[in-house]
Amino acid sequence: MRRFLIPLVVFVVLVVFLAIGLTLNPRDVPSPLKDKPAPAFKLPQLAAAGKTFSPEDLKGKVWLLNVWASWCVSCRQEHPLLVSFSKEGKVPIVGLNYKDQAADAKNWLAKFGDPYVFSAVDADGRVGIDYGVYGVPETYVIDKAGMIRMKHTGPITPESLQKQILPLVAELSK
Amino acid sequence: MKLHSLLVCIALICSGIVAAKEAAPMAADLAIEKRMVAISEELRCLVCQNESLSGSHAELAQDLRREIRKMIGEGKTDQEILDFMVARYGDFVRYRPPMKPTTWLLWAGPFVLLAGGIGALIAFLRRRAKEAAGPALSEEEHRRAAALLDQPKS
Repeated sequence: MRRFLIPLVVFVVLVVFLAIGLTLNPRDVPSPLKDKPAPAFKLPQLAAAGKTFSPEDLKGKVWLLNVWASWCVSCRQEHPLLVSFSKEGKVPIVGLNYKDQAADAKNWLAKFGDPYVFSAVDADGRVGIDYGVYGVPETYVIDKAGMIRMKHTGPITPESLQKQILPLVAELSK
Repeated sequence: MKLHSLLVCIALICSGIVAAKEAAPMAADLAIEKRMVAISEELRCLVCQNESLSGSHAELAQDLRREIRKMIGEGKTDQEILDFMVARYGDFVRYRPPMKPTTWLLWAGPFVLLAGGIGALIAFLRRRAKEAAGPALSEEEHRRAAALLDQPKS
């Protein structure tokens, strides 16, 4: 009996580990920026090139920073959700237009709707590097003190919005 | 006509000189490039996670290589450049993650498995050796065996 028990236990442990491994998303790399101040930047705005935006401007507010680009296919996937969510007015969404052409970006927003308070233009992707962007779209939840409290990599789903982002925003807004 | 060709010649010589002047910083570039490659071999490209930053064609990898070149040009040390990457992308970006409580299992895991495997092998071999030797005879059985062997042939 003991002869079979040990291999069986080893097998079950292995299966459990593999099952956990299979359900993990390899793209979901924990960001070291969580609970750190949002890196400072000053970038021109997409709609009004004369105006600039810096995270400092939103101190005292909870806001979302959504990294997007017109060339990014997954951004289109999450976009309708962002547009409908922005209409609820629960939290300001600032866009970071990442490595894009201004004309393409403007067309894209005109075509699919503009959920952003405004979009900052990160044409060469330098600010993206400071934020550890590696897979557009990415969304950051930034609190009143200007700290990054959450990073979501990949398109936001209704589920991640309801279960993760909104509860966090509600808690931070208290 | 002669003047024309002379001018062309002068232009050609001049362009040669200009080219030579531009080629001078190549040695420095080569050193930077070598260091950049050495550093980026140690780093994972986050877009295509099984490629190193030096081998990846992803646009982000190109941008990051450009950043590394810039930092080398600014006189940053290798450690400072690695820290820059880890601060943004986490320990996952390094192919050789640092030793710390969250990575102990990662570093020790293979050796623990190896030790377990060797232990199991030794236990198995010992048991098999014992089985091969066959069961030892008791005193009573020895006497009976001796008695049987000693029986005179009929």
